[in-house]
Amino acid sequence: MILTRDGIAWRIARDLHEGAYVNLGVGIPVLVSNYLDRTQEIFLHSENGILGVGPVPKGDHIDLDLISAGKGFCTLALGAAIFDQQVSFAMMRGGHLTHAVLGAIEVAQNGDFANWKVPGEAVPGVGGAMDLAVGAPNILIAMSHVTNKGKPKIVTACTAPLTARRCVKRIYTDLAIVDVTPGGLVLREAMPGHDPAAVQAKTDAPLAVAPDFREMAVPQVAANGAKLVQ
Amino acid sequence: MIDKTLSTCREAVSKVFDGATIMFGGFGNAGMPGQLIEALREHGARELTIVSNGAGTGPFALGSLFGDGLARKLIASFPAPSAAQFRERYLKGEVELELVPQGTLVERIRCGGCGLGGFYTPTGVGTELADGGEVREIDGREYLFAKALRADFALLKGHLGDRFGNLMYRGTMRNFNMVMATACDTVIAEVDRIVPAGEIHPEQVHTPGIFVDHVVQVERLPELVKLPKPGAHA
Repeated sequence: MILTRDGIAWRIARDLHEGAYVNLGVGIPVLVSNYLDRTQEIFLHSENGILGVGPVPKGDHIDLDLISAGKGFCTLALGAAIFDQQVSFAMMRGGHLTHAVLGAIEVAQNGDFANWKVPGEAVPGVGGAMDLAVGAPNILIAMSHVTNKGKPKIVTACTAPLTARRCVKRIYTDLAIVDVTPGGLVLREAMPGHDPAAVQAKTDAPLAVAPDFREMAVPQVAANGAKLVQ
Repeated sequence: MIDKTLSTCREAVSKVFDGATIMFGGFGNAGMPGQLIEALREHGARELTIVSNGAGTGPFALGSLFGDGLARKLIASFPAPSAAQFRERYLKGEVELELVPQGTLVERIRCGGCGLGGFYTPTGVGTELADGGEVREIDGREYLFAKALRADFALLKGHLGDRFGNLMYRGTMRNFNMVMATACDTVIAEVDRIVPAGEIHPEQVHTPGIFVDHVVQVERLPELVKLPKPGAHA
């Protein structure tokens, strides 16, 4: 049993709390917004100039001038602020956001990660990924544990072009939660049916097991009907 | 009496010359000066260097400049998969790409606009985008030097404008428009409406008129105001 993409997003959302200022990258990270606890005030940041991104609008509520970083239409949440790109990157690079959730191709045991240059993509694009990576104090990675060919994505050293060095704090995969610490990688949680040895077998870099290691507790289906495990 | 308004986009872009470097406001379709770009395409200046966050979102506006072969270089952070016209030219080797992290692009333009030569950023240190750049340690952290960026022209989009060149934006139109207004020799803005002097409250002037040379009122380029469903409104 492993998590779906929604399952990874659901689990990350459980670790975000009131007062967090969070940037969600494309892919699995942006799904996190569907699973945040709405009773808590958490601000979502969009690099094109919004702090306080609200839900996706429908029909008559669409405003052509309000888009989020993924270029889709969005709304503004209570307490939102609008600004230009310069102020937006001051928030990102200046260490003002509390968290950035990003996808990755590889994460190394020292916290290096690679996510901007996808293998086989002939036209490179970097966007704001490198600025987020050096700025936000908590870089959380959301990704599958292995590639679709079964190759480990948590590695001793990245081979793909780096996004930034030594910045990842925690890795959430479909199999496990792994912390990056000064002493190396620490396995915190794993999906039911996968003991630490099974997770290690799918991980290139060595994992220490946290003293409070536990099974990940995720429901089968989310409140919105999405499947969380498969 | 100061009057920076012009009646047509064609007139506004008439001074653009072959080989010019031009900054384009916009992030996605928000704040993209579609009618000015259309006029520039018809004007036909060639060998342009384009400074923009992306490379357009389809065959219209920014994408059409690549489609028509008018650009020789793009300085950008994210030429998205939807920027098919740029990608085709790039893959044929007809357009050069200078890829810059988005925050570095913004700050290079800011420096260009406020009289600075450049700055040191932690962004990109130890990556292939840092190749060959000067790295300096400041208070125990490594930073990469990035040089200021200016251009000959800026084509911008505002919501409201007045004869002084003051601009006000709405929603997420501000994006690159505000910083680009400061960093170009000639700054041209298209707006949804030119209003009488004084109607934009001083506290609502986002881009002060000192930075702006020409303002043109336009209907938005139809391709930039497409909605996912009928019945929705702007």
